[in-house]
Parts: sequence; structure tokens; C-alpha cells
Amino acid sequence: MSNDSVSNLMKGHMESLAKEGKRADGRGINEFRKVTIETGMLNTAEGSAMVHLGNTKVLCGIKMLIGTPYGDSPGSGTMMTSTELAPLADQSFDPGPPREQSIELSRVVDRGIRESRMIDFEGLCIEHGEKVWTVFIDLHILDNGGNLFDCCTLAAAAALSNAKIPNVQHGVADKDVDLPVTCWPISCTFGKLGDSVILDPTSDEEGVMSARFTVAHDENGNLRAAQKGMNGAFTDAEIREAVKTARASDNVLREALKGIQG
Amino acid sequence: MAGQTDMELIKDGVRLDGRKADELREVKIVAGVLDNANGSCYLEWGNNKVYAGVFGPMECHPRHKQKADRAIVQARYTMAPFSVNDRKRPGYDRRSSEISYIASQAFEKVVMVEEFPKASIRVDMQVVEAHAGTRCAAMTAASVALADAGIPMRDMIPACASGKVNDVVVLDLNKEEDNYGQADLPLAIIPSTGEVVLLQLDGHLTPDEFEQALDLATSGCMDLYKKMRLALENKYGGSA
Repeated sequence: MSNDSVSNLMKGHMESLAKEGKRADGRGINEFRKVTIETGMLNTAEGSAMVHLGNTKVLCGIKMLIGTPYGDSPGSGTMMTSTELAPLADQSFDPGPPREQSIELSRVVDRGIRESRMIDFEGLCIEHGEKVWTVFIDLHILDNGGNLFDCCTLAAAAALSNAKIPNVQHGVADKDVDLPVTCWPISCTFGKLGDSVILDPTSDEEGVMSARFTVAHDENGNLRAAQKGMNGAFTDAEIREAVKTARASDNVLREALKGIQG
Repeated sequence: MAGQTDMELIKDGVRLDGRKADELREVKIVAGVLDNANGSCYLEWGNNKVYAGVFGPMECHPRHKQKADRAIVQARYTMAPFSVNDRKRPGYDRRSSEISYIASQAFEKVVMVEEFPKASIRVDMQVVEAHAGTRCAAMTAASVALADAGIPMRDMIPACASGKVNDVVVLDLNKEEDNYGQADLPLAIIPSTGEVVLLQLDGHLTPDEFEQALDLATSGCMDLYKKMRLALENKYGGSA
């Protein structure tokens, strides 16, 4: 909605709801939307997952190629995360090279996966100093219903968890094996709506909120990555509270992720 | 077309994937799968998987592309990096540009663009898995998405390819046939008038084979057209 008067009406409405601990879609302020995860639907990808978080839909495909390691870590594989804000996902997404918005999103997701050491990079070494696997995590946003950060992290984790190293195709070994995965990072994103802080903002809420805070935890409850975004601010107390809330609330996503490992 | 004719792609009239020469791969079409787009469609065609989304009519950007007397259709075809075996570099290449351009023009023929001066209708096609024939799959999905968006149209346009492998004219090339076959002819038609809105050809066809290939692709389009209407009936009920 580019219409300011409508936007202001919505803003007032949403802020007053949040003050009472309510949301426009009937959720509590610290509640995730319904999440579903589906995996392995793409044959051309080494791993794949489709995650629905409310109306947000993200498709993640994992590709693996042989590359050279970085000089400072000759025995470790590498990874790269890209997000594509496909124009069909949102009227405001322009075609063309990635914009700052998409680059920030990729980098936050990348940090959550990378810093949690979810992927066992040492296990991706083929020839020390010469040949390692590069893991490409490509995230396609098909429908932007808000909170792309959490939906993308979840999609990336789910797709990695069912990825197979394409040993046969690249002549490395005679059998494809599971990508070595060590832990499960989950991110929780909050929005500042007036004086309230809400979990898992919808796109309507994102349109009127002033600041965003994302924090990723591993399954032991330790922090792995965080990012504050947008031009508003959080108080010190709000940040501390949000981190606690994230730990208490991310089990919904964790359960959904566990469900696919069966 | 690599034209490597020594590869046996048809044996006793049966193709590598078990189809006869005039048989389509299995096609599944679902209308209205996305919430943000005004109209959308998910389509599986063999192993091809495609999403299409439509926005508009809306104000045309950039302004210099506006037409005073009609709307323009801005179609955009893209392939996901994970849609092919070797990771494709993300973004827009020359192939995507060409397909997007000819698709835009094909849609402008059927969409009632004169109803919306200065406007733009955006048609986004996203290939998430590719196994030959993705431009046809994408355009077919886009037609259903346009209808789902309630954009006034004279008709939907099904798109389907025919081609030649081992000197036999066949419908709807699969991956191996596309790689090692002798010709590929993607076609899109307006079923109600029989007019051709898109035709491309690469490879080698005799005049007779061309006639045959055209007939075959047309019948493929008509087949597909039924499935497209069915997808809309499934969403909106009644008989379209």
C-alpha cells in the first residue's frame, strides 16, 4: 500500500492492538504463524525444501560444486547464500540485480547457518588445499507474507538437512552421501510496533513497524547470529527480552524441522 | 540441437520415457497458489516445475514505456540456480531476455490491453526445475495466472513444442531429445481462432516435416488448453 492515509490508519490500529497483546490476524504478540515444511521436491537440486510461514512461501535449493578452499582454511569446504526476491512474490519487488534488501537477507541467513557451524565444513574437504565442496544455498521467495528472515533460515536448514553430496556426478566417490550436518540454527525475528515488540511480523505489520531484530539460536539455546534492521530503535531491555522470548518461542519451528528428519 | 543422431532416442515407436511420438508428458496445473500475486499458477509438466504470478493492471514503470492508448504486458521468465544440473548463475541472461520479450508480445495479443491505457500488466514466470520445454510450461502457466487474476482476455494461450528425433516428428521433447534431437519447435496458439502467437524453430526439418510438426504442436496445444480450463474450473467451480 503506497497510500499514506490508509497506512496511517493501519498503523494506529495495529499499534493499539499490540498494546493489548493482540494482533490483526488474531495471534498473540509472541506467537509464530502456522509453519509447514516439505522437502526433496526438486530432482535437479542436491537438497530442497519449501517452507510456508503463514502466507510467506520460500523455496530453497542446494547445489554443490567442486571449488578451491580459501587460503586461511585449506581443509574446509565453503558456502554461499543467495536470495532471489522473485518479482512474482510481491508487487514491490523489482526485477534486476539484487538490491540491498536482498543482500541483507542473504547475509543474515548466511551468518545463522555459517556461524552455527551447521554444516561440518571439514567434512567437505576432498583434497587438502586443492579441492573442496562449495555449497550453494539459493533461496527463492515465491510469496512475501512478511518475515522472510525466519522463513529463509528455516528453508535453508531444511534443504541442507536432506542434501546429498553429489559424489557420483563429479567422480569423487562411487556413492552419494548425506551432507554432514551438526546442529540446527533457528532464527526469530521481532518487529517494533509503536511501543510494543511483536514476533514473526506479517507484511502488513512490516509496513508499519519501525525496527526489526533477528536472533538465531542453536538447539542448545546459545546465540549464533543477530541483526537489527530498519531505521527505528529498540531499548536495551527490549533486546534482552526479545532474546529470551526467542529461546522460549523457537521450539515451534524446531519441532517442524525435526518432523522432516524422521 | 546437438544433432547427434546416432543416439537411439526412439525404439519401435517408443521413446526413452515410454511415450509414443504424439504423446504429451504428464501435465498438472493448479490455479491460485500464491497469496500476494493477483493471479497465479503452479504447473508441473513432466519433471518441469514452474510458478507464474500476475500483477496489475497497475501504473506502468518506467514511465517512458507507457503507451497512451493501451496497456503493456511485462513478462519475465527466469530460471532458478537450482533448476538445472549444473548450478545456473542467478539473474537474467540473453536467453531469458529473449523468451521474456517474445512472451510479452504473445500475451499482448490476447490480453485486452486497449482497456487499460498507460497501465502495465506484470507476468512473472519462475522455473524451479527444468527438463526441456520450460518456455512452453512457463507461458502456459502464465496464461492460467492471467485468467486467475481476472485480466480481461480474448483467450488463453497454451504453448507446446514439437520436434524431430531419429528422423521422427515427435510431440513435446524431453531432456534427452532436446539435447540430442534434430529439431525443436515451440508453438503458442490462440485456440479459439487458431492464430499463432509464438513460433520458434531451431534444427533441421524438411518442408513436409515442418507441416507435420506444426500439426502435432497444434494438437498438443489444444490438449493442454483443456487442462488449463480444468485447472480454472477446479478453482472456481462450474464449467468454464
